[in-house]
Amino acid sequence: MSSTQSMLELLSPYPPGWGGVLLSGAFSTVMISLGAYLVGMLIGLLGAIGKLKGNRPVLFVLDVYTTAVRAIPELILIIGLYYAGTDGLNRILLTLGLPAIEINGFVAAIAVLGIVQGAYMTEVLRGAILAIPVGQIEAASAFGMRPFLRFRRIVLPALMPNALPGLANLWMSVTKDSALIAVVGYQELALATRLAAGNTKHYFLFFLAAAALYLVITLLSNVVFGLLESRFRRGQPKTV
Amino acid sequence: MNFSWIFSYWPLLAAGAVQTVLLLVISVGFGFLLAIGLALAQIIGPRWLRWLARGYCTCLRGTPLLIQLWLLYYGVGSLLPLVPGLRGSFLWPIVREGFFFAAVSFTLNYAAYEAEVLRGALLAVPKGELEAGRSFGMSSWTLLRRIWLPRAIRIALPTIAGEVVLQLKATPLAFTVTVMDLYAVAYKVRQDTLLVYEPLMVVTVFYVFLTLLITRAFKLVEAQVPVRR
Repeated sequence: MSSTQSMLELLSPYPPGWGGVLLSGAFSTVMISLGAYLVGMLIGLLGAIGKLKGNRPVLFVLDVYTTAVRAIPELILIIGLYYAGTDGLNRILLTLGLPAIEINGFVAAIAVLGIVQGAYMTEVLRGAILAIPVGQIEAASAFGMRPFLRFRRIVLPALMPNALPGLANLWMSVTKDSALIAVVGYQELALATRLAAGNTKHYFLFFLAAAALYLVITLLSNVVFGLLESRFRRGQPKTV
Repeated sequence: MNFSWIFSYWPLLAAGAVQTVLLLVISVGFGFLLAIGLALAQIIGPRWLRWLARGYCTCLRGTPLLIQLWLLYYGVGSLLPLVPGLRGSFLWPIVREGFFFAAVSFTLNYAAYEAEVLRGALLAVPKGELEAGRSFGMSSWTLLRRIWLPRAIRIALPTIAGEVVLQLKATPLAFTVTVMDLYAVAYKVRQDTLLVYEPLMVVTVFYVFLTLLITRAFKLVEAQVPVRR
Protein backbone atom coordinates (compact mmCIF):
# COMPACT_ATOMS: atom_id res chain seq x y z
CA MET A 1 0.00 0.00 0.00
CA SER A 2 1.14 3.51 -0.68
CA SER A 3 1.52 6.18 1.96
CA THR A 4 -1.06 8.87 2.65
CA GLN A 5 1.25 11.41 1.00
CA SER A 6 1.04 9.75 -2.41
CA MET A 7 -2.71 9.23 -2.03
CA LEU A 8 -3.18 12.95 -1.61
CA GLU A 9 -0.97 13.49 -4.64
CA LEU A 10 -3.12 11.09 -6.67
CA LEU A 11 -6.29 12.94 -5.71
CA SER A 12 -4.86 16.44 -6.18
CA PRO A 13 -6.81 18.52 -8.71
CA TYR A 14 -3.72 19.32 -10.80
CA PRO A 15 -1.90 16.84 -13.03
CA PRO A 16 -0.32 14.39 -12.34
CA GLY A 17 -3.13 14.10 -9.74
CA TRP A 18 -6.47 12.83 -11.03
CA GLY A 19 -8.70 14.95 -8.79
CA GLY A 20 -9.39 17.41 -11.61
CA VAL A 21 -10.59 14.65 -13.92
CA LEU A 22 -12.90 13.37 -11.19
CA LEU A 23 -14.26 16.83 -10.43
CA SER A 24 -14.96 17.64 -14.07
CA GLY A 25 -16.62 14.22 -14.31
CA ALA A 26 -18.78 15.10 -11.33
CA PHE A 27 -19.62 18.41 -12.99
CA SER A 28 -20.79 16.72 -16.18
CA THR A 29 -22.75 14.20 -14.09
CA VAL A 30 -24.62 17.10 -12.47
CA MET A 31 -25.14 18.83 -15.83
CA ILE A 32 -26.45 15.67 -17.50
CA SER A 33 -28.74 15.03 -14.55
CA LEU A 34 -30.05 18.60 -14.57
CA GLY A 35 -30.70 18.51 -18.32
CA ALA A 36 -32.38 15.13 -18.17
CA TYR A 37 -34.43 16.24 -15.19
CA LEU A 38 -35.74 19.30 -17.01
CA VAL A 39 -36.48 17.33 -20.21
CA GLY A 40 -38.18 14.70 -18.09
CA MET A 41 -40.26 17.33 -16.32
CA LEU A 42 -41.44 18.77 -19.61
CA ILE A 43 -42.36 15.30 -20.94
CA GLY A 44 -43.94 14.44 -17.60
CA LEU A 45 -46.07 17.56 -17.52
CA LEU A 46 -47.33 16.99 -21.07
CA GLY A 47 -47.81 13.29 -20.31
CA ALA A 48 -49.74 13.96 -17.12
CA ILE A 49 -52.05 16.42 -18.85
CA GLY A 50 -52.45 13.96 -21.73
CA LYS A 51 -53.30 11.14 -19.34
CA LEU A 52 -55.89 13.25 -17.54
CA LYS A 53 -57.45 15.05 -20.49
CA GLY A 54 -56.51 13.04 -23.58
CA ASN A 55 -58.72 10.99 -25.85
CA ARG A 56 -58.35 7.28 -26.28
CA PRO A 57 -55.41 7.06 -28.73
CA VAL A 58 -53.41 9.55 -26.64
CA LEU A 59 -54.18 7.58 -23.49
CA PHE A 60 -53.10 4.35 -25.16
CA VAL A 61 -49.80 5.77 -26.41
CA LEU A 62 -49.00 7.28 -23.01
CA ASP A 63 -49.90 4.04 -21.23
CA VAL A 64 -47.57 2.07 -23.49
CA TYR A 65 -44.81 4.65 -22.93
CA THR A 66 -44.98 4.71 -19.15
CA THR A 67 -45.44 0.95 -18.79
CA ALA A 68 -42.63 0.10 -21.19
CA VAL A 69 -40.12 2.48 -19.64
CA ARG A 70 -40.91 1.30 -16.14
CA ALA A 71 -40.78 -2.41 -17.04
CA ILE A 72 -37.52 -2.45 -19.03
CA PRO A 73 -34.17 -2.29 -17.24
CA GLU A 74 -32.60 1.18 -17.40
CA LEU A 75 -29.37 -0.14 -18.85
CA ILE A 76 -31.16 -1.76 -21.80
CA LEU A 77 -33.32 1.33 -22.34
CA ILE A 78 -30.32 3.62 -22.30
CA ILE A 79 -28.28 1.51 -24.68
CA GLY A 80 -31.26 0.83 -26.95
CA LEU A 81 -32.35 4.46 -27.10
CA TYR A 82 -28.78 5.65 -27.52
CA TYR A 83 -28.14 3.53 -30.58
CA ALA A 84 -31.69 3.60 -31.95
CA GLY A 85 -31.83 7.37 -31.44
CA THR A 86 -28.59 8.25 -33.19
CA ASP A 87 -29.21 5.64 -35.88
CA GLY A 88 -32.82 6.71 -36.47
CA LEU A 89 -31.97 10.38 -36.65
CA ASN A 90 -29.26 9.74 -39.21
CA ARG A 91 -31.64 7.63 -41.31
CA ILE A 92 -34.22 10.41 -41.26
CA LEU A 93 -31.54 12.89 -42.30
CA LEU A 94 -30.45 10.52 -45.05
CA THR A 95 -33.95 10.21 -46.49
CA LEU A 96 -34.23 14.00 -46.43
CA GLY A 97 -31.02 14.14 -48.41
CA LEU A 98 -28.98 15.66 -45.60
CA PRO A 99 -25.57 14.44 -44.52
CA ALA A 100 -25.34 12.22 -41.44
CA ILE A 101 -24.29 13.93 -38.23
CA GLU A 102 -22.30 12.78 -35.25
CA ILE A 103 -24.57 13.29 -32.26
CA ASN A 104 -22.94 14.94 -29.29
CA GLY A 105 -22.67 12.45 -26.42
CA PHE A 106 -23.84 15.08 -23.96
CA VAL A 107 -27.04 15.82 -25.86
CA ALA A 108 -27.72 12.13 -26.46
CA ALA A 109 -27.25 11.35 -22.77
CA ILE A 110 -29.68 14.10 -21.77
CA ALA A 111 -32.25 12.98 -24.33
CA VAL A 112 -32.05 9.32 -23.34
CA LEU A 113 -32.18 9.91 -19.58
CA GLY A 114 -34.87 12.56 -20.12
CA ILE A 115 -37.12 10.08 -21.92
CA VAL A 116 -36.66 7.60 -19.05
CA GLN A 117 -37.34 10.30 -16.45
CA GLY A 118 -40.38 11.51 -18.36
CA ALA A 119 -42.25 8.26 -17.80
CA TYR A 120 -41.77 8.33 -14.03
CA MET A 121 -42.43 12.07 -13.97
CA THR A 122 -45.75 11.53 -15.79
CA GLU A 123 -46.99 9.27 -13.02
CA VAL A 124 -45.77 11.50 -10.20
CA LEU A 125 -47.34 14.64 -11.70
CA ARG A 126 -50.57 12.84 -12.60
CA GLY A 127 -50.96 11.72 -9.00
CA ALA A 128 -50.16 15.20 -7.73
CA ILE A 129 -52.71 16.84 -10.04
CA LEU A 130 -55.36 14.30 -9.02
CA ALA A 131 -54.73 15.16 -5.37
CA ILE A 132 -55.73 18.81 -5.90
CA PRO A 133 -59.24 19.41 -4.52
CA VAL A 134 -61.61 19.70 -7.50
CA GLY A 135 -63.28 22.72 -5.93
CA GLN A 136 -60.16 24.84 -6.38
CA ILE A 137 -60.04 24.14 -10.11
CA GLU A 138 -63.78 24.67 -10.47
CA ALA A 139 -63.51 27.95 -8.61
CA ALA A 140 -60.81 29.09 -11.04
CA SER A 141 -63.02 28.18 -14.01
CA ALA A 142 -65.93 30.00 -12.38
CA PHE A 143 -63.75 33.12 -12.25
CA GLY A 144 -63.39 32.79 -16.00
CA MET A 145 -59.71 31.84 -16.04
CA ARG A 146 -58.46 30.40 -19.32
CA PRO A 147 -56.94 26.87 -19.06
CA PHE A 148 -53.38 28.17 -19.29
CA LEU A 149 -53.87 30.89 -16.69
CA ARG A 150 -55.70 28.41 -14.48
CA PHE A 151 -52.80 26.02 -14.77
CA ARG A 152 -50.21 28.66 -13.98
CA ARG A 153 -52.03 30.31 -11.08
CA ILE A 154 -53.94 27.46 -9.44
CA VAL A 155 -52.88 23.99 -10.55
CA LEU A 156 -49.10 24.47 -10.57
CA PRO A 157 -48.78 26.01 -7.09
CA ALA A 158 -51.23 23.47 -5.69
CA LEU A 159 -49.55 20.43 -7.22
CA MET A 160 -45.99 21.31 -6.18
CA PRO A 161 -46.26 20.32 -2.50
CA ASN A 162 -47.92 17.04 -3.48
CA ALA A 163 -45.35 16.27 -6.15
CA LEU A 164 -42.17 17.37 -4.36
CA PRO A 165 -41.37 14.13 -2.48
CA GLY A 166 -41.76 12.16 -5.72
CA LEU A 167 -39.75 14.76 -7.64
CA ALA A 168 -36.98 14.59 -5.04
CA ASN A 169 -36.85 10.80 -5.40
CA LEU A 170 -36.61 11.15 -9.17
CA TRP A 171 -33.75 13.63 -8.90
CA MET A 172 -31.85 11.21 -6.65
CA SER A 173 -32.44 8.40 -9.11
CA VAL A 174 -31.37 10.44 -12.15
CA THR A 175 -28.08 11.45 -10.54
CA LYS A 176 -27.38 7.78 -9.98
CA ASP A 177 -28.80 6.57 -13.30
CA SER A 178 -26.48 9.00 -15.07
CA ALA A 179 -23.67 6.61 -14.07
CA LEU A 180 -25.13 4.18 -16.63
CA ILE A 181 -24.18 6.62 -19.38
CA ALA A 182 -20.61 5.46 -18.71
CA VAL A 183 -21.50 2.20 -20.47
CA VAL A 184 -22.15 3.98 -23.77
CA GLY A 185 -18.86 5.83 -23.41
CA TYR A 186 -19.65 9.39 -22.37
CA GLN A 187 -17.20 10.63 -19.81
CA GLU A 188 -19.06 11.50 -16.63
CA LEU A 189 -18.03 10.72 -13.08
CA ALA A 190 -18.25 6.93 -13.28
CA LEU A 191 -16.22 6.65 -16.48
CA ALA A 192 -13.71 9.30 -15.38
CA THR A 193 -13.17 7.27 -12.22
CA ARG A 194 -12.64 4.09 -14.16
CA LEU A 195 -10.13 5.89 -16.34
CA ALA A 196 -8.23 7.29 -13.36
CA ALA A 197 -8.32 3.96 -11.54
CA GLY A 198 -7.19 2.01 -14.59
CA ASN A 199 -4.29 4.36 -15.25
CA THR A 200 -2.97 4.44 -11.70
CA LYS A 201 -4.05 0.94 -10.60
CA HIS A 202 -5.44 2.46 -7.40
CA TYR A 203 -8.93 1.08 -7.96
CA PHE A 204 -10.05 1.15 -4.35
CA LEU A 205 -9.00 4.73 -3.72
CA PHE A 206 -10.65 6.20 -6.80
CA PHE A 207 -13.95 4.33 -6.58
CA LEU A 208 -14.19 5.32 -2.93
CA ALA A 209 -13.55 8.94 -3.94
CA ALA A 210 -16.26 8.73 -6.62
CA ALA A 211 -18.71 7.22 -4.14
CA ALA A 212 -17.94 10.10 -1.78
CA LEU A 213 -18.61 12.62 -4.58
CA TYR A 214 -21.96 11.00 -5.40
CA LEU A 215 -22.81 10.99 -1.71
CA VAL A 216 -22.03 14.70 -1.48
CA ILE A 217 -24.31 15.36 -4.47
CA THR A 218 -27.10 13.36 -2.82
CA LEU A 219 -26.73 14.99 0.58
CA LEU A 220 -26.63 18.49 -0.91
CA SER A 221 -29.74 17.72 -2.97
CA ASN A 222 -31.45 16.53 0.21
CA VAL A 223 -30.85 19.93 1.77
CA VAL A 224 -32.05 21.79 -1.34
CA PHE A 225 -35.25 19.74 -1.60
CA GLY A 226 -35.88 20.19 2.11
CA LEU A 227 -35.70 23.98 1.63
CA LEU A 228 -37.89 23.81 -1.49
CA GLU A 229 -40.52 21.77 0.30
CA SER A 230 -40.73 24.14 3.26
CA ARG A 231 -40.98 27.02 0.77
CA PHE A 232 -43.83 25.41 -1.22
CA ARG A 233 -45.61 24.26 1.93
CA ARG A 234 -45.62 27.72 3.50
CA GLY A 235 -49.05 28.63 4.75
CA GLN A 236 -50.13 25.01 4.96
CA PRO A 237 -51.08 23.57 8.34
CA LYS A 238 -48.30 21.41 9.83
CA THR A 239 -49.10 17.75 10.35
CA VAL A 240 -48.37 16.35 13.83
CA MET B 1 -35.89 -8.06 -38.54
CA ASN B 2 -33.85 -11.20 -38.37
CA PHE B 3 -34.42 -13.66 -35.58
CA SER B 4 -32.73 -16.73 -37.04
CA TRP B 5 -29.81 -16.34 -34.61
CA ILE B 6 -32.06 -17.55 -31.80
CA PHE B 7 -31.70 -21.15 -33.00
CA SER B 8 -27.96 -21.22 -32.46
CA TYR B 9 -27.94 -19.02 -29.38
CA TRP B 10 -30.79 -20.39 -27.31
CA PRO B 11 -28.57 -22.44 -24.96
CA LEU B 12 -26.62 -19.29 -24.18
CA LEU B 13 -29.84 -17.31 -23.74
CA ALA B 14 -31.19 -19.92 -21.33
CA ALA B 15 -27.94 -19.94 -19.36
CA GLY B 16 -28.04 -16.14 -19.25
CA ALA B 17 -31.62 -16.17 -18.00
CA VAL B 18 -30.59 -18.60 -15.24
CA GLN B 19 -27.76 -16.26 -14.21
CA THR B 20 -30.13 -13.28 -14.13
CA VAL B 21 -32.71 -15.11 -12.04
CA LEU B 22 -29.98 -16.48 -9.76
CA LEU B 23 -28.61 -12.99 -9.17
CA LEU B 24 -32.12 -11.74 -8.39
CA VAL B 25 -32.96 -14.59 -6.01
CA ILE B 26 -29.64 -14.42 -4.16
CA SER B 27 -29.69 -10.65 -3.74
CA VAL B 28 -33.35 -10.49 -2.72
CA GLY B 29 -33.07 -13.47 -0.35
CA PHE B 30 -29.93 -12.52 1.51
CA GLY B 31 -30.68 -8.82 1.17
CA PHE B 32 -34.01 -9.29 2.89
CA LEU B 33 -32.43 -11.07 5.86
CA LEU B 34 -29.83 -8.33 6.15
CA ALA B 35 -32.57 -5.70 5.85
CA ILE B 36 -34.48 -7.14 8.80
CA GLY B 37 -31.37 -6.77 10.93
CA LEU B 38 -30.72 -3.25 9.65
CA ALA B 39 -34.31 -2.14 10.21
CA LEU B 40 -34.42 -3.56 13.74
CA ALA B 41 -31.05 -1.99 14.51
CA GLN B 42 -32.47 1.37 13.49
CA ILE B 43 -35.54 1.00 15.68
CA ILE B 44 -34.54 -0.86 18.84
CA GLY B 45 -30.74 -0.93 18.67
CA PRO B 46 -28.46 0.97 21.03
CA ARG B 47 -27.49 4.41 19.81
CA TRP B 48 -24.16 3.49 18.21
CA LEU B 49 -25.78 0.61 16.30
CA ARG B 50 -28.61 2.88 15.23
CA TRP B 51 -26.15 5.40 13.80
CA LEU B 52 -24.19 2.67 12.10
CA ALA B 53 -27.28 1.24 10.38
CA ARG B 54 -28.45 4.73 9.45
CA GLY B 55 -25.07 5.58 7.94
CA TYR B 56 -24.98 2.31 6.02
CA CYS B 57 -28.38 2.97 4.45
CA THR B 58 -27.51 6.58 3.58
CA CYS B 59 -24.20 5.64 1.98
CA LEU B 60 -25.58 2.77 -0.09
CA ARG B 61 -28.67 4.67 -1.16
CA GLY B 62 -26.67 7.78 -1.95
CA THR B 63 -24.21 6.25 -4.39
CA PRO B 64 -24.91 4.54 -7.72
CA LEU B 65 -25.02 0.75 -7.76
CA LEU B 66 -22.57 0.80 -10.67
CA ILE B 67 -19.95 2.54 -8.52
CA GLN B 68 -20.55 0.12 -5.65
CA LEU B 69 -20.17 -2.81 -8.01
CA TRP B 70 -16.96 -1.45 -9.53
CA LEU B 71 -15.61 -0.56 -6.09
CA LEU B 72 -16.07 -4.17 -5.03
CA TYR B 73 -14.93 -5.79 -8.26
CA TYR B 74 -11.95 -3.61 -9.12
CA GLY B 75 -11.13 -2.19 -5.68
CA VAL B 76 -11.72 -5.02 -3.22
CA GLY B 77 -11.01 -7.53 -5.97
CA SER B 78 -7.52 -6.13 -6.41
CA LEU B 79 -6.89 -6.30 -2.66
CA LEU B 80 -8.17 -9.88 -2.21
CA PRO B 81 -5.05 -11.64 -3.56
CA LEU B 82 -3.09 -9.88 -0.81
CA VAL B 83 -5.03 -11.82 1.83
CA PRO B 84 -2.64 -14.60 2.89
CA GLY B 85 -3.84 -18.12 2.23
CA LEU B 86 -6.96 -17.13 0.30
CA ARG B 87 -5.41 -17.94 -3.05
CA GLY B 88 -4.88 -21.59 -2.21
CA SER B 89 -8.14 -22.09 -0.34
CA PHE B 90 -11.33 -23.68 -1.66
CA LEU B 91 -12.96 -20.22 -1.69
CA TRP B 92 -10.68 -18.84 -4.40
CA PRO B 93 -12.61 -20.21 -7.43
CA ILE B 94 -15.77 -18.51 -6.11
CA VAL B 95 -14.17 -15.27 -4.96
CA ARG B 96 -12.37 -14.89 -8.29
CA GLU B 97 -15.57 -14.70 -10.35
CA GLY B 98 -17.44 -11.55 -11.31
CA PHE B 99 -20.63 -13.30 -10.28
CA PHE B 100 -19.53 -13.32 -6.64
CA PHE B 101 -18.90 -9.58 -6.63
CA ALA B 102 -22.15 -8.84 -8.45
CA ALA B 103 -24.14 -10.98 -6.01
CA VAL B 104 -22.48 -9.36 -2.98
CA SER B 105 -22.90 -5.78 -4.17
CA PHE B 106 -26.53 -6.33 -5.27
CA THR B 107 -27.30 -7.92 -1.91
CA LEU B 108 -25.76 -5.05 0.07
CA ASN B 109 -27.52 -2.48 -2.10
CA TYR B 110 -30.91 -4.21 -1.94
CA ALA B 111 -30.60 -4.55 1.84
CA ALA B 112 -30.13 -0.78 2.22
CA TYR B 113 -33.29 0.06 0.26
CA GLU B 114 -35.33 -2.74 1.82
CA ALA B 115 -34.26 -1.74 5.34
CA GLU B 116 -35.86 1.68 4.87
CA VAL B 117 -39.09 0.07 3.67
CA LEU B 118 -39.13 -2.38 6.57
CA ARG B 119 -38.33 0.33 9.09
CA GLY B 120 -41.43 2.23 8.04
CA ALA B 121 -43.54 -0.93 8.07
CA LEU B 122 -42.31 -2.04 11.51
CA LEU B 123 -43.27 1.35 12.89
CA ALA B 124 -46.68 1.12 11.19
CA VAL B 125 -47.74 -2.04 13.02
CA PRO B 126 -50.59 -1.03 15.37
CA LYS B 127 -49.37 -0.70 18.95
CA GLY B 128 -52.37 -2.56 20.34
CA GLU B 129 -51.36 -5.77 18.58
CA LEU B 130 -47.88 -5.67 20.09
CA GLU B 131 -49.33 -4.90 23.53
CA ALA B 132 -51.77 -7.79 23.14
CA GLY B 133 -48.87 -10.09 22.35
CA ARG B 134 -46.91 -8.85 25.33
CA SER B 135 -49.88 -9.32 27.64
CA PHE B 136 -50.00 -12.97 26.54
CA GLY B 137 -46.54 -13.24 28.04
CA MET B 138 -44.64 -13.55 24.75
CA SER B 139 -40.93 -12.96 25.00
CA SER B 140 -39.66 -10.20 22.75
CA TRP B 141 -38.20 -12.77 20.33
CA THR B 142 -41.53 -14.65 20.07
CA LEU B 143 -43.35 -11.35 19.67
CA LEU B 144 -41.04 -10.37 16.83
CA ARG B 145 -41.33 -13.76 15.15
CA ARG B 146 -45.08 -14.25 15.52
CA ILE B 147 -46.55 -10.75 15.34
CA TRP B 148 -44.27 -7.80 14.70
CA LEU B 149 -42.35 -9.07 11.67
CA PRO B 150 -45.18 -10.91 9.88
CA ARG B 151 -47.48 -7.91 10.26
CA ALA B 152 -44.79 -5.52 9.05
CA ILE B 153 -44.02 -7.67 6.01
CA ARG B 154 -47.74 -7.75 5.15
CA ILE B 155 -47.90 -3.98 5.38
CA ALA B 156 -44.79 -3.55 3.25
CA LEU B 157 -45.73 -6.14 0.59
CA PRO B 158 -46.74 -3.74 -2.22
CA THR B 159 -43.54 -1.75 -1.73
CA ILE B 160 -41.46 -4.92 -1.54
CA ALA B 161 -42.94 -6.05 -4.87
CA GLY B 162 -41.81 -2.76 -6.39
CA GLU B 163 -38.33 -3.12 -4.88
CA VAL B 164 -37.95 -6.64 -6.28
CA VAL B 165 -38.84 -5.42 -9.76
CA LEU B 166 -36.33 -2.57 -9.39
CA GLN B 167 -33.75 -5.14 -8.32
CA LEU B 168 -34.48 -7.24 -11.40
CA LYS B 169 -33.92 -4.19 -13.55
CA ALA B 170 -30.58 -3.56 -11.83
CA THR B 171 -29.19 -7.03 -12.63
CA PRO B 172 -27.97 -6.20 -16.19
CA LEU B 173 -25.24 -4.10 -14.53
CA ALA B 174 -23.53 -7.40 -13.74
CA PHE B 175 -22.48 -7.59 -17.38
CA THR B 176 -19.93 -4.82 -16.73
CA VAL B 177 -18.03 -7.22 -14.46
CA THR B 178 -17.96 -10.16 -16.91
CA VAL B 179 -21.04 -12.02 -15.65
CA MET B 180 -22.71 -13.84 -18.56
CA ASP B 181 -26.23 -12.77 -17.62
CA LEU B 182 -29.08 -12.32 -20.06
CA TYR B 183 -28.00 -8.86 -21.10
CA ALA B 184 -24.41 -9.99 -21.63
CA VAL B 185 -25.72 -12.67 -23.99
CA ALA B 186 -27.56 -10.02 -25.99
CA TYR B 187 -24.32 -8.04 -26.12
CA LYS B 188 -22.42 -11.09 -27.37
CA VAL B 189 -25.04 -11.75 -30.04
CA ARG B 190 -24.66 -8.17 -31.19
CA GLN B 191 -20.90 -8.54 -31.45
CA ASP B 192 -21.17 -11.86 -33.29
CA THR B 193 -23.99 -11.08 -35.71
CA LEU B 194 -23.93 -7.26 -35.89
CA LEU B 195 -27.66 -7.22 -35.13
CA VAL B 196 -28.35 -4.37 -32.69
CA TYR B 197 -32.07 -4.35 -31.96
CA GLU B 198 -33.24 -7.96 -32.24
CA PRO B 199 -31.24 -9.36 -29.31
CA LEU B 200 -32.21 -6.36 -27.17
CA MET B 201 -35.86 -7.00 -28.03
CA VAL B 202 -35.73 -10.69 -27.13
CA VAL B 203 -34.03 -9.90 -23.82
CA THR B 204 -36.52 -7.11 -23.13
CA VAL B 205 -39.44 -9.48 -23.62
CA PHE B 206 -37.90 -11.77 -21.03
CA TYR B 207 -37.47 -8.96 -18.49
CA VAL B 208 -41.03 -7.74 -19.00
CA PHE B 209 -42.30 -11.31 -18.64
CA LEU B 210 -40.36 -11.74 -15.42
CA THR B 211 -41.72 -8.41 -14.14
CA LEU B 212 -45.28 -9.58 -14.79
CA LEU B 213 -44.50 -12.87 -13.04
CA ILE B 214 -43.16 -11.08 -9.97
CA THR B 215 -46.09 -8.68 -9.70
CA ARG B 216 -48.54 -11.56 -10.19
CA ALA B 217 -46.83 -13.64 -7.49
CA PHE B 218 -46.91 -10.78 -5.01
CA LYS B 219 -50.61 -10.13 -5.81
CA LEU B 220 -51.34 -13.76 -4.92
CA VAL B 221 -49.51 -13.46 -1.61
CA GLU B 222 -51.27 -10.18 -0.87
CA ALA B 223 -54.65 -11.75 -1.61
CA GLN B 224 -54.09 -14.40 1.08
CA VAL B 225 -55.15 -11.91 3.70
CA PRO B 226 -58.45 -10.18 2.92
CA VAL B 227 -58.42 -6.45 3.61
CA ARG B 228 -61.61 -4.71 4.59
CA ARG B 229 -61.95 -1.24 3.15
